[in-house]
Amino acid sequence: MKMIGTEPRLYEEHLNPTLMNRILKIPSLLVGGAMFAVLIILAVSIPFISPYDPSEQNLSAFLQPPSAEHWLGTDQLGRDLFTRLIYAARTDLSIMVLAEIVPFCMGILLGMLAGYYGKWVDKIISLITDTFIAFPFYLIVIIVAFASGAGERGIYITFMLVGWIVFARVVRGLSASYRKQEWVASAQTLGLPGIRIILRHLLPNVLPQAVVVLMTDMVGLLVAIVTLGYLGIGIAPPTPDWGTMISDGQSFITTAWWLSAVPGFAVVYTGIALSLVGDGLADLWRKK
Amino acid sequence: MKKFWLFSVVGRALVVIFCVMTAVFFLIRMVPGDPAKMILGEYSTQEALESMHHALGLDLPVGEQYIRFVQTLFTQGDTGNSIINGTSTRELIADRAPVTLLLIGMACALAIVIALVLATLAATHKDKLLDHVIRIFPTVTLGMPIFWVGILLILLLSVRLHWFPVGGVGEGWWGTLYSLTLPAITVALSQIPTLVRSLRAQMLEVLESDFVVTLKAARLPSRVILFKHVLRNAALPTLILLGVNISYLIGGTLVVEQVFGIKGIGSLLFSSISKRDFPVIQGIALYCAVSVVIISLLIEILTRWLDPRTKGKP
Repeated sequence: MKMIGTEPRLYEEHLNPTLMNRILKIPSLLVGGAMFAVLIILAVSIPFISPYDPSEQNLSAFLQPPSAEHWLGTDQLGRDLFTRLIYAARTDLSIMVLAEIVPFCMGILLGMLAGYYGKWVDKIISLITDTFIAFPFYLIVIIVAFASGAGERGIYITFMLVGWIVFARVVRGLSASYRKQEWVASAQTLGLPGIRIILRHLLPNVLPQAVVVLMTDMVGLLVAIVTLGYLGIGIAPPTPDWGTMISDGQSFITTAWWLSAVPGFAVVYTGIALSLVGDGLADLWRKK
Repeated sequence: MKKFWLFSVVGRALVVIFCVMTAVFFLIRMVPGDPAKMILGEYSTQEALESMHHALGLDLPVGEQYIRFVQTLFTQGDTGNSIINGTSTRELIADRAPVTLLLIGMACALAIVIALVLATLAATHKDKLLDHVIRIFPTVTLGMPIFWVGILLILLLSVRLHWFPVGGVGEGWWGTLYSLTLPAITVALSQIPTLVRSLRAQMLEVLESDFVVTLKAARLPSRVILFKHVLRNAALPTLILLGVNISYLIGGTLVVEQVFGIKGIGSLLFSSISKRDFPVIQGIALYCAVSVVIISLLIEILTRWLDPRTKGKP
């Protein structure tokens, strides 16, 4: 992004009729968006597509290989793998989005405060981020998730604690660089209160970059949710979740390897979709 | 300020270590729920809860608990004794640390070698097919759960091809290294994408810089330019990146240990979690975080020492 003296009004472009044309010119955004849309459509319509229940056991049809009846085969309890896979997408994706809301807002706010005010506000917020960063991500996730009780609630608490740091760091850097530019200085000369400058002028300018980071961060969050599930301190069975599915399948790795492999590919697929969307959005906002 | 950068850098690290210490203390207390209840179970009697509170020191005022926590930390170098068998946390961790450290070291070495090779290939074949293929890597691998990669590698290289043992740690020198190879590859794979991405950019910058253009104009063989000049200039950023990623590396190792059944810090963490052994959990968190701070500090000092341009900067 070119640093210019006037406030770069990125948000007005949403009203621009040529926006659609520009989106169509960015293949990564299109492909990523389409991949993600397919997943969402499947997750929403799965009760109409599949005749099976995700947690109903059918012990007479366990560990079946893929067939016309069961597209991806069945697991050790005779549950249809495809059905479970898509129901797990519902669980994992909705938790992923919900768990990201608070850290996203909190990180942007703290980052703007640290970057705009600098001095001791910045020192304190930086010290907090440095402290949290010292803890290996998975270590702190595992400990907090366990201590706040396994399950969905634990995941939300964990990411409220550690998820905001990424956004705070990126937004802090951006805000600090904007602070030195003329459009902020002129807003200050007009006597506008700091909080107004932050919310009305700084926020719209840091938001695009934060959204790009959000896409990558969601991938990390999804992988963390799945990892917690795998370790047995995430989403509790019988709720379908990709992580528990991988861990259940691990015992049958020699006979039915797809039980573990397929849910992992679902995670990778979602990851590719989200990072393509992130790359595409970065392109969209970079090109003028 | 220029002269005292060492003091300010070390001073900051000490402040962070102090904060880490405090965070470990509050970590268990911040989250909802009563640790005593978690240890004894949902239906424990009031007396049992109270005696457990006393044993954990939870009946004291928070300030006093904190002072006791810091005292044990400085006198014994740990976070108290295990509530399961009374062994000191320090001993438990020291007992498990070698395997984990070896695994981290092997993963680091593998990650650096593979990332350097891939980045060099991508940078020297810029915008050609090879470059594009290598650049797709980060997008694809970003969403790969590290434990899942481990399972797939076991399936492919151990179960199918019988190249590596399925899990556990082998006997003796060679056996240990051999059995840790596959876990190390797994951990390294999670680090390589970020390393390759930044290294490629770094090398392109060097390759397109004036001095390399001059060397090329002087008809120096491209092999010499690459190995003698470009790689040397890319070494420092690699070091910095590894410093940034060391925390992810440790975290990933803990999870991978679980996949391969390696009895290291990771398995100690999980067994302590299932036994609700709070002092041990705290100890692991503290030791890991303090090591991360110290490693970052050493790398920062090393970079400033190696690269005089950054010396004066805060």
